[in-house]
Amino acid sequence: MNTDLRNIRPYGDQSGDGAVQLSFTLPLQYGPLAREAAKRLCENMGFQDITIATMEDIGENFTFFVIYGKTTASVDASAIKVVAPKFKKMTREQLDEVVKREFNRRIVVVGATIGTDAHTVGLDSILNMKGFHGDYGLERYHAFKVYNMGAQVSPVEVVKKVREVDADVILVSQVVTQRNVHIKHLTELMDLLYAEGVREDLLVVVGGPRITHELALELGYDAGFGAGTTPSDVANFIVQELLRKYSR
Amino acid sequence: MDRPKIRLDKKLVDYARQLAKEITDEVQQMIEQHSTVSVERTVLRLFGVDGVTDDQIPLVNVVVDKIKEWEMLQDGVAKPFVNAMVVLDKSAQQIAEAIVDGLDLRSLPRASNEKINMKMLELSRQSLETISKKSQQREDLLKELGDPPQPYKYLIVATGNIYEDVVQARAAVQQGADIIAIIRSTAQSLLDYVPYGATTEGYGGTYATQENFRIMRQALDDMARKVKRYVRQVNYASGLCMPEIAALAAMEGLDILLNDAMYGILFRDINMIRTFTDQYISRLLCAFSGITINTGEDNYLTTADAIEKAHTVTASQLVNEQFALKAGMKSRLMGLGHAFEIDPDVEDGLLYEIAHAMLARELFADYPIKYMPPTKFMTGNIFKGYAVETLYNLVSVMTGQSIQLLGILTEAIHTPYLHDRYLALINANYVFNNARHLGREVIFKKDGFIEKRANQVLREAVDLLEHTRDVGLLRAIEEGQFADISRARDGGKGLEGVFRKSESYVNPIQDELEKRLGVKK
Ligand code: B12
Repeated sequence: MNTDLRNIRPYGDQSGDGAVQLSFTLPLQYGPLAREAAKRLCENMGFQDITIATMEDIGENFTFFVIYGKTTASVDASAIKVVAPKFKKMTREQLDEVVKREFNRRIVVVGATIGTDAHTVGLDSILNMKGFHGDYGLERYHAFKVYNMGAQVSPVEVVKKVREVDADVILVSQVVTQRNVHIKHLTELMDLLYAEGVREDLLVVVGGPRITHELALELGYDAGFGAGTTPSDVANFIVQELLRKYSR
Repeated sequence: MDRPKIRLDKKLVDYARQLAKEITDEVQQMIEQHSTVSVERTVLRLFGVDGVTDDQIPLVNVVVDKIKEWEMLQDGVAKPFVNAMVVLDKSAQQIAEAIVDGLDLRSLPRASNEKINMKMLELSRQSLETISKKSQQREDLLKELGDPPQPYKYLIVATGNIYEDVVQARAAVQQGADIIAIIRSTAQSLLDYVPYGATTEGYGGTYATQENFRIMRQALDDMARKVKRYVRQVNYASGLCMPEIAALAAMEGLDILLNDAMYGILFRDINMIRTFTDQYISRLLCAFSGITINTGEDNYLTTADAIEKAHTVTASQLVNEQFALKAGMKSRLMGLGHAFEIDPDVEDGLLYEIAHAMLARELFADYPIKYMPPTKFMTGNIFKGYAVETLYNLVSVMTGQSIQLLGILTEAIHTPYLHDRYLALINANYVFNNARHLGREVIFKKDGFIEKRANQVLREAVDLLEHTRDVGLLRAIEEGQFADISRARDGGKGLEGVFRKSESYVNPIQDELEKRLGVKK
């Protein structure tokens, strides 16, 4: 199929039909008014050919909708620049080899879930031997010496550890994002790293299911990794970015 | 009975219970020797101390911290505090306020032991009386409105704002929920105090406060009368304030508390001795006030593999059961937990799930066991997630689970939206109704996969319990035997709030509870 990158639209049943499905709840009593309000709302959002597939009374004067509509909006995909952590994919053996040759020591990594966040499974799956979906974690590499601090670690403790083990890299995990609590935690850590004068010597990477590379850069981090990240992605990024950093 | 049976090795079942008993006997000795700041604050709360200082510090915290500072804590707060009530002829609340204003208990003359003891007994009886009345009211309402069929449909609300929670809870009840839980704000379990008043700001949940309990209780009772179905209220006790939360829940008539003997240790890194001691007092209160406990074994399967580590769930259930028995709990109050957390990509995962669910059901035949939904393998694909929930609901109704925490299709994304809960109920209502009596028709093939698997998990649990008995529970936790998480006995949060009881330690509330529950040797 020939796709016009400059004019991308959702595809339902035919090229460019702009078909979109959406669902939401309105704080209106189930009835004709709620239906009309939902339809107008969709029109205000720029949809046409609106089909209210279902509307259901979910109590307490709330109505739930499933709606199909068509959008006339489109996007010029050829003009978009996406940001993503940059690295070539090398195997574990290759990375171990490069680090041995170029660094002649192991890269020291400190990992922690910071702030009030208690989730460790994501960070562990990057760091632990076992890894994630058959992709081994950083502990499995000769290239890395890993210190996994676990969860609910304060920025102060992170900095202490970084000094103690003379770390090259900090890997931070943030899973809870409600009320932007992750932004608060990440900002606190970054501020402290600068205040303590250690930021420049470090590679600081954040990950978590709602983390994007873009957000990470905005917050002053070197990279951000989201859902489905594999440890080998992270390993590659670390090694290649450190090499870039040191060659600068 | 509407559920199928599964043949478990009877000898092994008895042996497993015996091991769990021995394991907890040893820990119980340690519990007897300790008390905690939270236990002491519980005593004050039950004596009637309430409220906060201008800086929002609960009065019970101020009093306990002062008594600690005066190096009087090892005897318990009750005696010096009640002494002040007697010699100054003031109420508990007045004494607490006076301490905030600078009253130094060391400066007071001492009333006779007899007077103090009488006053302590009077206060303890009064507070237990109040709690009894409350739980009687609950029973009456349950009788009046009738108990819905099991599995009970359990839904969570978690807006952070109690008034918003009420709106969502009311809607959920209207849609068919039997149980409403308010998830607590992130990290409340690590606060060494219970926040105060109605709250409207929370992260990932709403603060558990006495006032919030009251507001939700009122709303649920209103709705229950409207829909003519008893609605249960849940909150979370595990954490640094386990016994205090239990006291507040008892006073406000909650029906269920999350209350696990090890959750705080493993998942919140709370000190072991703190947690074990706190859970005991907290469970005495639950036992006395008829609050069902729900244990947190489901959490194990979020950090460890659900097939490989299925036996840790069973072992922990047995340990939780024995701890609960020691606190005078009856089986009808023991909502032991387990979960549907096997990777959906596993071939025949459903057979494993049925085997595990039957094992829990059979081991704890008349207990209100709690079944938790898939969470770890829920992804942003809400459509697939919804299909997974359907199988979960089917296993539950077929195997006769008691409390069904409904799975939410947006589990991987956010705490539930209003319509996420609605969709969860549609799924559960459909499956429960459509397969209501399926369990009656099912016979598991003798020596078939399901029966074999259930017995295998039981055997592995026995191995783990044997090892735990040999090294001791504290050591087993240090080794990371549960949930693949290792904790040190002298580590963790809240250790500074644990103290060894002196020879003259007194806790009149605990004494009275133990007496009434018949648990004192
Ligand atoms: C397991 C779990 C728990 C366990 C955690 C156990 C543990 N030790 O980790 C327990 C039960 C303790 C828990 C508690 C809570 N949880 Co929780 N939990 C989950 C659950 C079910 C799975 C998370 C998980 O393990 N995923 C598997 C891992 C492998 O995936 P991952 O974390 O995304 O990690 C991958 C990537 O993100 C990335 N990555 C992650 N970290 C890092 C770090 C680096 C450096 C890099 C490079 C990459 C990287 O790589 C990983 C592999 O690809 C999710 C729901 C879900 N299905 O996602 C909710 C969820 C994350 N929890 C949630 C909440 C709200 C809580 C609580 C706050 C609830 C409460 N009110 O008490 C508490 C948190 C308490 C606290 N102080 O944080 C919400 C978060 C909502 C939000 N967006 O803010 C979720 C989404 C559930 C929900 N719908 O409400 N939870």
